[in-house]
Amino acid sequence: MDTVQKYAPGEHPDLKPPIGQTGVLLWLRKNFFSSPFNVFLTLATLYFLYLIIPPALSWMFADAVFVADSRDHCRELGDGACWGFIEKRLGQFTYGFYPLEERWRVNLTFVIFIFALLPVLWDKMPARRKWIWVPLVFPFVAAWLLLGGFGLEDVTTDQFGGFMLTMVIGVTGIVCSLPLGILLALGRQSDLHFIRWLCTGFIEFFRGVPLITLLFVASTMLNYFLPPGTSFDLLLRVLLMVSLFSSAYIAEVVRGGLQAIPKGQREAADAMGLKYWASMRLVVLPQALKISIPGIVNTFIGLFKDSTLVIVIGLLDPLGISRASLSDAKWQGLSTEVYVFIALFFFVCCFSMSRYSIYLENKLHTGHRN
Amino acid sequence: MSDQDTAAAAQSKMQVSDQEMIRITQMHKWYGQFHVLKDINLNVNAGERIVICGPSGSGKSTLIRCMNRLEEHQKGEIWVDGVELTGDLKNIEQIRREVGMVFQHFNLFPHLTVLENCTLAPIWVRKMPKDEAEEIAMGFLERVKIPEQASKFPGQLSGGQQQRVAIARSLCMNPKIMLFDEPTSALDPEMIAEVLDVMVELAHDGMTMLCVTHEMGFAKKVANRVIFMDGGEIIEENVPDEFFNNPQSPRTQEFLSQILAH
Repeated sequence: MDTVQKYAPGEHPDLKPPIGQTGVLLWLRKNFFSSPFNVFLTLATLYFLYLIIPPALSWMFADAVFVADSRDHCRELGDGACWGFIEKRLGQFTYGFYPLEERWRVNLTFVIFIFALLPVLWDKMPARRKWIWVPLVFPFVAAWLLLGGFGLEDVTTDQFGGFMLTMVIGVTGIVCSLPLGILLALGRQSDLHFIRWLCTGFIEFFRGVPLITLLFVASTMLNYFLPPGTSFDLLLRVLLMVSLFSSAYIAEVVRGGLQAIPKGQREAADAMGLKYWASMRLVVLPQALKISIPGIVNTFIGLFKDSTLVIVIGLLDPLGISRASLSDAKWQGLSTEVYVFIALFFFVCCFSMSRYSIYLENKLHTGHRN
Repeated sequence: MSDQDTAAAAQSKMQVSDQEMIRITQMHKWYGQFHVLKDINLNVNAGERIVICGPSGSGKSTLIRCMNRLEEHQKGEIWVDGVELTGDLKNIEQIRREVGMVFQHFNLFPHLTVLENCTLAPIWVRKMPKDEAEEIAMGFLERVKIPEQASKFPGQLSGGQQQRVAIARSLCMNPKIMLFDEPTSALDPEMIAEVLDVMVELAHDGMTMLCVTHEMGFAKKVANRVIFMDGGEIIEENVPDEFFNNPQSPRTQEFLSQILAH
């Protein structure tokens, strides 16, 4: 069929592309076998994966010991990972030193948290409007459940620890830093010199100082600045610092998004009589935030992982707990298992955030850019 | 009805009334040190269709952007529909509610559907109920002949369609004056006609229009006055026939010879 067929002008039909120019085979050839060097790289990578993956899997699963009483017991049962240690300490890793008989409150908070998250993240949720109050009251309910009072036994924040502490810091930081960051970004572009100056100063200060320094300030120096006799909770101070720190980053990410919005959008909104806040809320921010999603989620993921830094001021996040557990004479030398386990927890959380942000970007994509 | 009769009927609607819509007196504007607009004096009555032309950089866009305070003037007075444009936000908002604007690059909101673009201002500025705003918007989308695109996003439309949506969006606010800032300059040639048709129709309905454009055919057809600007000044101002056939100033003659040469 290599004969060149002629058509009358204007009569040329749509033809199929030649064979080998589309489909799986083309994709494979283009991406893996396009040149001798690429063939070599592909084969080398496959060999490398063959060397790494099977041993890792057998260490984690096939040869692993899931229930044991001590490290020696583990070694008798198998030569893979000793998950028995994690299993024994799971409670502490999850709840820190939260009183045993009150742990249901943490669980309940987590369940409500999931229900509060649904109407926020899932816009096609059935009867979404009926559930929208859940995220609004969640912070108060969570504080009550976790801290006690009003009929519940009081739990002090120094008993918080483990993954629960990570979640508290991460969620509070994320929830507080987004609105604050947006306001800071708008303030930095304000026509009012005082507001612009204030916001720029705030952003530059918190971005220019390491988080660890801020945490030390929170744990020690803040008392100097406060009137004598007042003291407020160490965890609260940490939450404040973490939120302010990451709001400075959010502000810069959002500012990048704001700058990408053509001037004409503001002008069109102005020309039809929308006031400043209305044009921001209805026209500019929806577009700017959409562009900023990757950066915002990036900041959230960073914040979530940075919550482990609180170990330096003595809060018992999962790493703090693991340090305590590793010094147990019965279970010495199991740091690999502990760190793999903690890494897995963080990876699951951060990877979910990352996937959600990709889903959100695709959902908000509305045709070609102009 | 013959074409002539239709045209005559349309002409009869294009009446200029005595009611003053815009008055600009001794207005000056600077960008930093640069004197963009010099001693502008212009009165516009209700029902007038004014075409503003001139070489690029002559200040014509800046002039109509001053009329709804997208640009600030530094000297002189601008009155729109009996309200003076000053730094007072209340006045500015009041004027912007009554003045529609169509931009060269359409400036539709890409995150909203065509219908939402049209209902945004009526709902949030005029506080109109959503149903009513949608009904009105559909009416105007029909007038610009794209009701079937109502649920699409601007990014899915052609340039000509987008500009017609932009016109419909402005009309939804029921403006007394429409400002057009080079509405066809960013369009492919085959799309210019569909936008101009809508504008001609609008003129026939008696809308007060100020239009910065290089479409001289449009000027001849609907304008009752043509203004030529150069170097930030109004050089010449006349009825279309006189303006095109008997331009007075040498600069106007040169400009016309350049754009009509092709």
